[in-house]
Amino acid sequence: MTQLALVIDLNVCVGCHACVTSCKEWNTSGEAGFMSDDNPYDRDPTGTFFNRVQTFEVGEFPDTQTVHFPKSCLHCEDPPCVPVCPTGASYKRPEDGIVLVDYDKCIGCKYCAWACPYGVRELDEHQKVMKKCTLCVDRIYDEKLPESERKPSCVLACPTNARLYGDIHDEESIVSKAIREAAGYQLMPEWGTQPANHYLPRRKTEAKLPGDVAARTDNPLNIDGPAPVSGRAR
Amino acid sequence: MNPAFSVVFLTTLLGAGQGLFLALFVIEGAVAAGLLTAPASGFYSCGSATAVILLGAGLLASFFHLGHPERAWRAAAMWRTSWLSREVIVLPLFMALVAGYGWMHWQGQLGTLTLGLIAAAVCVLLFVCTAMIYACIKFLQEWATPLTLVNFTLLGCASGVMLATALAAVRGEPNVAVLGQWAMLLTVAGMATRIVSLRRNAALKPKSTLQSAIGIQHPKVVQKAQGFMGGSFNTREFFHGRGPGTLRMVKWLFIAAAFVLPVVLVKSGLGAGSSALLVLAFAVQFCGLVAERWFFFAQANHPQNLYYQTVS
Repeated sequence: MTQLALVIDLNVCVGCHACVTSCKEWNTSGEAGFMSDDNPYDRDPTGTFFNRVQTFEVGEFPDTQTVHFPKSCLHCEDPPCVPVCPTGASYKRPEDGIVLVDYDKCIGCKYCAWACPYGVRELDEHQKVMKKCTLCVDRIYDEKLPESERKPSCVLACPTNARLYGDIHDEESIVSKAIREAAGYQLMPEWGTQPANHYLPRRKTEAKLPGDVAARTDNPLNIDGPAPVSGRAR
Repeated sequence: MNPAFSVVFLTTLLGAGQGLFLALFVIEGAVAAGLLTAPASGFYSCGSATAVILLGAGLLASFFHLGHPERAWRAAAMWRTSWLSREVIVLPLFMALVAGYGWMHWQGQLGTLTLGLIAAAVCVLLFVCTAMIYACIKFLQEWATPLTLVNFTLLGCASGVMLATALAAVRGEPNVAVLGQWAMLLTVAGMATRIVSLRRNAALKPKSTLQSAIGIQHPKVVQKAQGFMGGSFNTREFFHGRGPGTLRMVKWLFIAAAFVLPVVLVKSGLGAGSSALLVLAFAVQFCGLVAERWFFFAQANHPQNLYYQTVS
């Protein structure tokens, strides 16, 4: 069985919000209707987003790390938002595990948002239905797009490749390997929701080049100096 | 949570309507068993009509909670999994049964006790459905307890029997004293279980922390930015926006208005034979229960709030 998901590498996310804007751009332009904003250039702006990038400070000054933390629907394998929905508008697709909302069936009762511990469902104040990340379901299967672009738009937009996309039930997929090899974890495991999206933790990054390699002492042509020379090359 | 008045009125009005019907049914049963003096048959039909009005008002209030009220009929679809869907089915069924019960009394037909028994069973089911909507969300730890079910049932019964007392007194029916004693008993019982739940909730330790929310196990994690400058659905829906002082005040207000004052008013109303005091007792208790339900929602601390703490 397929379970599509995102794996987000907190070690490389720089908090640029490119995933947020590209998500909004793609999903506000689709046939499902726009994602409404109010007062976007005024006081108290508010709007509907599927994806947010938050920033946390870990540790005590001066020993702190800034962690940028993108968060969208985690497409739980046991989603608490789905069984509570009275109309069946919220559902989990058996074929690929994506959790979706049928906007034509949603009555806007907000019960699913109450039943989501992650705060990733947002009621659209104009369309009056619950909205959330669709994993760009209208793009990942679109055969009119070249195969390399059949990915969620946040994944395509990420300049540091912090967002991986694939099937976490396929042992050989890029996401399964990342989870396995870089200790991928789930959010709020205490509630047993089994989020499909995983996060890769921060890692200590060290320079692995020994000094003589960095200085290129074995350079056979011996035409460059021990360190890059500033200014225009001769 | 940010209490929605639509849901506050839905749950309190339903409780009063259900309690009122149960009071009518128990009286009819006790009369049939020869334990109480029979009231005029108009008492049952008038009481049933009042109950249907309360239930209808609750149903009407619930529509204000919906973004698309015109699609509300769809909510009956998922009764296999959703307590909300079950409530949506059981509530109109119960209203129909109570209306039928009142109509049969009005027409002087036989078999009211049998229909009443069926309606009483559906009434219990409705209490279960309404309370389980809240109690089944396990990470809303303040709600996820059998006490939610106990409180919804006892408080609903208390206000309904209180209304039955006032109704009997205003109509000059017998059994006012018995009903008043039941109302006091249920109110005291409801106060006891509500205080147990207040104490339980005060001692709760949240299972989710900022550490488990973002998966970084450092003891010191602080949010520096929630990702947007203004508000969003997430900042509006899940926090009441008031300080702990307001919550404390509402707590003492509802303990006084929903429990202490009504008992005093019923006691003195029965003593003085004043139906005005009994009507006042119901009115005060109902307002107290509205405050109680507001507090019930406001006190629930949603774990999603961990993600939305800092604007910048």
